[in-house]
Amino acid sequence: MASRTKYESWGRYPAVVPRVIVPIQWRNDLPDLASLPASILPYAYGRSYGDSCLNAGGVALDVKGLRRFIHFDAETGLLQCEAGVLLADILDQFVPRGWFLPVSPGTKYVSVGGAIANDIHGKNHHRAGTFGRHITRFELVRSSGERLLCSPDEHTEFYRATIGGLGLTGLITWVEMRLKPITNAYIDEEQIRFGSLDEFLALTAESDVTHEYTMSWADCLFGGEGYVRGHFIRGNHNSSPELADQPPPRKPSIGLPVDLPGALLNTWAVKAFNTAYYHRQRARLVRKVIPYEPFFYPLDAITNWNRMYGARGFLQYQCVVPFDHDNAAIKEIFTRITRSGEGSFLVVLKTFGDLPSPGMLSFPRPGITLALDFPFHGARTLQLLETLDGVVRASGGAVYPAKDARMSVESFEAFFPQWRAFACHVDPRFSSSFWRRVTRTTR
Amino acid sequence: MATILIIGATSTIAHATARHFAAEGARFFLVGRSASKLDAVRDDLRVCGATDAETYALDLTDLDKHPAMLDAATAALGTLDMVLIAHGSLSDQAACEASVARTMEEWATNCTSVIALLTPLANQFERQRHGTIAVISSVAGDRGRKSLYVYGAAKAALTTFLEGLRGRLSAAGVAVVTIKPGFVDTPMTAHVPKNFLFTPPERVAQDIHRAMTRGTAVVYTPWFWRYVMLLLRAVPDPIFRKLPI
Repeated sequence: MASRTKYESWGRYPAVVPRVIVPIQWRNDLPDLASLPASILPYAYGRSYGDSCLNAGGVALDVKGLRRFIHFDAETGLLQCEAGVLLADILDQFVPRGWFLPVSPGTKYVSVGGAIANDIHGKNHHRAGTFGRHITRFELVRSSGERLLCSPDEHTEFYRATIGGLGLTGLITWVEMRLKPITNAYIDEEQIRFGSLDEFLALTAESDVTHEYTMSWADCLFGGEGYVRGHFIRGNHNSSPELADQPPPRKPSIGLPVDLPGALLNTWAVKAFNTAYYHRQRARLVRKVIPYEPFFYPLDAITNWNRMYGARGFLQYQCVVPFDHDNAAIKEIFTRITRSGEGSFLVVLKTFGDLPSPGMLSFPRPGITLALDFPFHGARTLQLLETLDGVVRASGGAVYPAKDARMSVESFEAFFPQWRAFACHVDPRFSSSFWRRVTRTTR
Repeated sequence: MATILIIGATSTIAHATARHFAAEGARFFLVGRSASKLDAVRDDLRVCGATDAETYALDLTDLDKHPAMLDAATAALGTLDMVLIAHGSLSDQAACEASVARTMEEWATNCTSVIALLTPLANQFERQRHGTIAVISSVAGDRGRKSLYVYGAAKAALTTFLEGLRGRLSAAGVAVVTIKPGFVDTPMTAHVPKNFLFTPPERVAQDIHRAMTRGTAVVYTPWFWRYVMLLLRAVPDPIFRKLPI
């Protein structure tokens, strides 16, 4: 998986390439960043969807070689590791010893450095906040050669700028984070069908108190405009000591060896899939004890699921809109998507809690977040997403840079008004396709 | 738990292999050129479950320093259950053709330094009457290709040396494992354009771990290289000369 890197992003749009690739193997034996011939961006596994991990015509610092653990304290759960370590590496190593990631995204194939750069969130945002909240220290190497030890107490400004800083503040070489103790590798999961947005919100309000993990799969192509139905999924770590010495069986992942023809994913196919998915569960509530992997990473079972969208790639759209009394914005978004007929398989719906992130440019904020894929159909796809941006802007929400390949300068400035303060911390030699696009710079 | 001496321990393949033994609680003595890189590997192996790991920085082409290093390894580990020799350099063929010194250097790194290590190690393992000696050779030694024959010839010499050593040590119950990786995606091949024949080092490490545990004589990794090389060896010389490889 680590081999044969193509230096593309997960959505495979836009298709741009770096000019130079510089592999990084040792954290104490780095190349002279200042002498590299173009602007620099760290790159690991390319799991950002849009162009925030791309640097067209620039230097890709390939940090996959920084994949070593440094230290683990079994008393406190503090783990020190290099920035290219995969979350999957941490899980493989520490779940059997009774430790888990403090925050886990929808795939385990992201690097720790990337998890910081995007200040990722997970199903426990209402309890744990973002990934950045659990980072106690990291080393940031600037192009000047300076090595900054960043923590809530040291180089605080760089600590805050680098968390959610999209890799622009310098190279993260190693990280210290706090793992959390678990009893075994299983999750007590409940899936509950809901038939409206209000039902979803009621379930959320109730479950945020009782469950550590919550999220929903929703179908917004069925029924009338603004109509939503779906499955609410919630879970807690199982606490039975008997399951501790029963590791879940390892299932091999399957891969898509070729790009599927994009036309396969037409509206009818998507509607049929969504309907089948909704009705796969007949009872309103189903309770199960399942291994953590299918609970957190269902899509990781298919190694290259992004190839499903064909060679033109796809755009993932994730936004958050603040809570308000009638949830007009989220309904408006659903209506627009239904009307366009462009929507994808399933929409992920979740509420963000109010725990603040240390990151200056972090995306999560209290409200409802929604994520869905759009196969790339050229101008009409871009037009629809621009319309959705307008709704999000008016609501005071934001769109997630890690998944973006097209937001306008105006939208970026509205979503992240603090961007100018952040920009002071961008390393003068670092840049990305995303950053040049949303700040209208050419470097 | 096993005691393992790893020479060339900062190589990606050696480290990935060591991680498998670390998970079993092995004790390591790690030898390589750079102290800071050895420390990084040692720390990782400790987190991954190694009972203990010591490091020893040494330029392996300095043969006079081998005995002191081997003494230190034996002192640290007691008996050596396994040794993995993994250092090497993918020779720049054109540079070697232009320079006798360069050719000799490549031979020192890839062949004579390994033979120099194997000579006392073989005696030690023969005396203790158990253990496994594993050495990373290469598929490149199976046939002399015009694009890589300095490296290939060094590995071929090594392979033949190991074959003889295996015969000698089998009477003492010592296994000699010849490892022949194909194209592996490591820093050694960072400058080579990648194609479908390249394998991630983790996959190769899995094969090496299995072969060392079982005492397999010759292991091609991944497995299909055995047949690729079988085919390549069958190509008659007049045709082989014209192949662009």
